[in-house]
Amino acid sequence: MVKEIERAGIPVVHICTITPISLTVGANRIVPAVAIPYPLGDPALSKAEEKQQRRKIVLKALDALSTEVSEQTVFDME
Amino acid sequence: MSEFRVVHYINQFFGQVGGEEMAHVPPEYREGKVGPGLALEANFKGEAVIVGTVVCGDSYFNENMDEAKETILAMVEKAKPDLFVAGPAFNAGRYGVACGAMAAYVKEKLGIPVITGMYIENPGADMYKTDIYIISTRNSAAGMRDAAKKMAALALKMLKNEKIGASSEEDYIPQGRRVNLFEKLRGSERAVNMLLQKLQGKPFTTEYPMPDFDRVPPNPPVADISRAKIALVTSGGIVPKGNPDHIESSNASKYGRYDIHGVMNLTSDTYETAHGGYDPSYANADADRVVPLDVLRDFETEGKVGSIYEYFFSTVGNGMAVKSAKAFAEDFSKELIKENVQAVILTST
Amino acid sequence: MKLELGYIPIDNIKFAERSYVEGSTLYVSKEELSEVLMQDENILGLNFAIALPGDNTRITPVKDVIEPRVKVDGKGGMFPGVLSKVDIAGSGRTHVLKGAAVVTTGKIVGFQEGIIDMSGPGAEYTPFSKTCNLVLVITPKEDVVQHEHEYTVRMAGLRAAAYLGELARELEPETIETYEFLPLLESIEKYPDLPRVGYVQMLQSQGLLHDTYVYGVDAKRTLPTLISPTEVMDGAIISGNCVSACDKNPTYVHQNNPIVHDLFKRHGKDLNFCAMIITNENVYLADKIRSSDRTAEICGYLKLDGVIISEEGFGNPDTDLMMNCRKISDKGIKTVVITDEFAGRDGSSQSLADADPSCDALVTGGNANEVITLPRMDKVIGTEAYVGIIAGGWDKNKAEDGTIQVELQAITGATSEVGFGYLSAR
Repeated sequence: MVKEIERAGIPVVHICTITPISLTVGANRIVPAVAIPYPLGDPALSKAEEKQQRRKIVLKALDALSTEVSEQTVFDME
Repeated sequence: MSEFRVVHYINQFFGQVGGEEMAHVPPEYREGKVGPGLALEANFKGEAVIVGTVVCGDSYFNENMDEAKETILAMVEKAKPDLFVAGPAFNAGRYGVACGAMAAYVKEKLGIPVITGMYIENPGADMYKTDIYIISTRNSAAGMRDAAKKMAALALKMLKNEKIGASSEEDYIPQGRRVNLFEKLRGSERAVNMLLQKLQGKPFTTEYPMPDFDRVPPNPPVADISRAKIALVTSGGIVPKGNPDHIESSNASKYGRYDIHGVMNLTSDTYETAHGGYDPSYANADADRVVPLDVLRDFETEGKVGSIYEYFFSTVGNGMAVKSAKAFAEDFSKELIKENVQAVILTST
Repeated sequence: MKLELGYIPIDNIKFAERSYVEGSTLYVSKEELSEVLMQDENILGLNFAIALPGDNTRITPVKDVIEPRVKVDGKGGMFPGVLSKVDIAGSGRTHVLKGAAVVTTGKIVGFQEGIIDMSGPGAEYTPFSKTCNLVLVITPKEDVVQHEHEYTVRMAGLRAAAYLGELARELEPETIETYEFLPLLESIEKYPDLPRVGYVQMLQSQGLLHDTYVYGVDAKRTLPTLISPTEVMDGAIISGNCVSACDKNPTYVHQNNPIVHDLFKRHGKDLNFCAMIITNENVYLADKIRSSDRTAEICGYLKLDGVIISEEGFGNPDTDLMMNCRKISDKGIKTVVITDEFAGRDGSSQSLADADPSCDALVTGGNANEVITLPRMDKVIGTEAYVGIIAGGWDKNKAEDGTIQVELQAITGATSEVGFGYLSAR
């Protein structure tokens, strides 16, 4: 899906856990997620902590969308 | 039962007109079998007969392709065949292209089964393998006996409407469509045999060659994300509770488009996942863990993003055919373009 | 480690007043078996049914299939760490009721579970149309949550298999097969000229209905480890998974792992089967990297010449498979992988979610997206209520005349990635 959205001319960021698959399928802007059943959450955290973590990942995704890339890029969390 | 009628296409060389110096000759129709037609007909074992043969120069065909195709089609049609066979062309490039082009054209126009044969590196193979059955042959006419036998066998199957097996069973060039078959040995034994071949440096054939993945160049970044309209898409199967569109838990045949106008977050009362490939309990408890609508609403209020597009798109990535994924995205991207969406956040599980 | 498997052939199952084996018939007392199984307080209702090869019968939704066996000599009992005390399996003698199987079914747990047809076109795709099946239909109490429900059904299947296996304790096996797995150095000394071959088995470990247990430990909490193949043959690994039933290994398939068997067949002749490594397929990327690193390190440390890698499942585990293949190949070790394909219903889509150039020798269990039409069956054990929502089904896939259309992925064991079946694709 990610490649077709890109092909349609819209910048797209792929938030996913298994970044190697994302690279294989051809995403250009990739942000790593937490785990497959909860990419943007973590049941081990409190609700507030979990949301804070989700904010971080989405902020990273917005950052990726605002960044010029020339090749497939994984935007790792600091 | 009467015999099936077959028309055969061959080039000037196999038609015994001459070699390269006669490659310019236009198509001619002869009654009955000629040259390689003898071997083919012998392998039909009385079930089919070659009623006519078209002989055409390779240069003529390739240099006048549109005209040649029409002329030959008329000749073929007149003979009222049940099947059209071309070649085999082995590694002869122009002959291979002619066989492929003509067979594909007859199939398209007359709707009868067609077959040809050529060497896998013949340019005609790559051009026509997805349209027609091309028996994989050796690279020279020394492989005629074998080619004729396999072409005739598959031709008879097509004539009798029998199930066509996988490429490895019928020896045709793979068509880019995976076909299931039952092997004689179970998978584990095939694996052990393959490993032994590999260890001994002997040839082995993988059952699935690795694909080439194509790439799309990245789009320029969003100039000002704080004013951009952003759409949410997920392959994590998040749907309104009860899965109103009945999106399948694996190899989904559709995607959903869900109104999130005024929705501030995705709760366990209102949303769930239809995905069958991961433990659903976490997403069912809080679907924001897959589609982060709650924080994006906050960002909207905080002015970090312009706005959130009022529909999100969702499907189940589990076991999904790449083709379906591609078709879905092509489809909803049109809407996104039309609605001036400037960026997409796609989440996967 | 030396294991003797004594086979008592079974070709029929009948209900009776008491449980015993006579000739090749397994007689089962429902009352006695109920007593064993009802010790689980989460079970509300329990029914038994028999499904024999050729019967006009469908079993669905199938959760697990287990072979009834008993440990007659040597360490440990059946399924150590799960049913019996933790111990090392894989030596001594084990009796097997060959041809019999316990199948668990009942109310659905998730989007899961498979179909076994005992006759008709569907029967060709599942190995369990050829076994005599005692089917447990289990209804949990209403307040039992998903994870407990899965656990209850899993344990009931194992208990029933152990109970039936016990009937073979005093029987004289018709055939006995002996498997010996030597310590590495001795094995190399004995076969200095044969290539050293290992087997890397990847175990599903992705959460509810995707879990596998090694001596009772959830495989997702393990690092790759060496294990004797005779341990695996003797109940060290059990299944807790069945989602997309086509390529998940029921416990029966672990007990009869065909790669282990076929490597043993060539052992001492064409190769030296001197290592088996089990690894997992977790949901975190870091786990995938860590596990594949460790697996490759072990293979390199053992200086193996060749390795067979089997996957379990599809999608993100394709990444584990490719990482394992690439990292092991990078050690200069020849690899062959076994997987299956999700190439779309018409077969023209990409087969795997991930790919790597090192993966140049691949055996496939076939395209699991291929659609098959299953005829109406006179008898359904379990219920067909879920055939539209299990993985491989779709809404309204059951016609008025009772025929059902599903993708092969809904059929238990159809595209086995340990090569238990004969299906392939080109």
